Amino acid sequence: MTNASLFNAFLTVLKRDLTLALRTRSEIANPLIFFIIVVSLFPLAVSPESGLLRTVAPGVIWVAALLSTMLSLDSIFRSDFEDGSLEQMLLSPHPMTVLVLGKVTAHWLVSGLPLILLSPLLGVLLFLPFEAMPALLATLALGTPVLSLIGAIGVALTVGLRRGGVLLSLLVLPLYIPVLIFASNAIATAAADLSIKGQLYFLAAMFALAVTLAPLATAAALRISLR
Amino acid sequence: MTASTSAIPQSVSVDKGLEVCNLGCSREDRELFSGLNFRLSSGHAIQIEGPNGSGKTTLLRMLCGLRLPDEGEILWNGRDISEERSAFLSNLSYIGHAHGVKGELTPLENLRVSQAMAARNNSLSLDEALERVGLFGFEDAPSRTLSAGQRRRVALARLLINPTPLWILDEPFTAIDIQGQKQIETMITDHVLNGGMAILTSHHPLDLSEDHLSSVKLCT
Repeated sequence: MTNASLFNAFLTVLKRDLTLALRTRSEIANPLIFFIIVVSLFPLAVSPESGLLRTVAPGVIWVAALLSTMLSLDSIFRSDFEDGSLEQMLLSPHPMTVLVLGKVTAHWLVSGLPLILLSPLLGVLLFLPFEAMPALLATLALGTPVLSLIGAIGVALTVGLRRGGVLLSLLVLPLYIPVLIFASNAIATAAADLSIKGQLYFLAAMFALAVTLAPLATAAALRISLR
Repeated sequence: MTASTSAIPQSVSVDKGLEVCNLGCSREDRELFSGLNFRLSSGHAIQIEGPNGSGKTTLLRMLCGLRLPDEGEILWNGRDISEERSAFLSNLSYIGHAHGVKGELTPLENLRVSQAMAARNNSLSLDEALERVGLFGFEDAPSRTLSAGQRRRVALARLLINPTPLWILDEPFTAIDIQGQKQIETMITDHVLNGGMAILTSHHPLDLSEDHLSSVKLCT
């Protein structure tokens, strides 16, 4: 097994999942629309007053990002589990971790990346000060891959269950809490014009940890789920 | 609760091929089979027979390593299959009930993915493989628009592009018309006569002589 064929397998899975996502567009669009709606509910429900919205904006955007990621998570493995593609992947001589990484990367590209691109708009909607925008983008760029990676473990564990949806959120949401704390705190700090290096380093460390360990855990969980 | 084997040639070298020792499986307190022994070597096929619910699919999933045996062991070239998984898997092609053909992708795209997943590929082009399973002209139609039989043919085309010695096939003839069954039967017999190995569950008789074909009966 050469490195070239390993990289080729990674790229093939990535390309396959992106093609599948583009052919079933509603799966990309629905979580995004959900993200926008949840954020825009807050000015309606709490108060349209700018001072208040500015304070809650980092938390609101991040909680909405978590929830919309939850919505899209199931699509990582569900349909492949049902039609037998997942079995074929497990029976490939390539390490499952590499294939899992390909699938998670594809999931982030269709669910996480659009969130990042939309977030400045929602920041403006919630009167987030301009100084906090780079922090918003940076935390989402570091944080959303962690959400996809950790979420994949949860999906892999629950994919064999008929009603895994609620269990999935109970498993995964608590694991998202550290990301939520550091990310929303970083944005609030940036809005107060202070340095956010510390928070970003923590998020980067979480990303490094997740990208190295989560695929291993996901592959092991898939093996158990298909047994 | 017995499992009987018949006419397994023992003359071939001991270590090569797949060997099943004292395999047993139970599911929710019900014993499906136990004490199963057989050996499969180059140039042979095994047909697994048994009524519905006798554990045929479970046995095949165990042989692939998707499910762990409850007792006994499965050896490939004399070593447990879980020990050198990647070496074993690069010799294996498995087509299960759910055959892993993506409805949103065309047959050609499906095969391209399978090709990249495999350890080695042969010189047969993807178009040729599709032609040989009778899907000429359907390369670019989304697979979900194809019939169940045609989708199974896409899965079977995988056997042609990934040259693995061991084929494990779960009901390969399901949903396929009579002419297609002939083609696929020829594919399997050619593979076996060229030194390959095949294990399949099917009620369809294979046109192979006693020397090349044996059967394993599972009873409930």
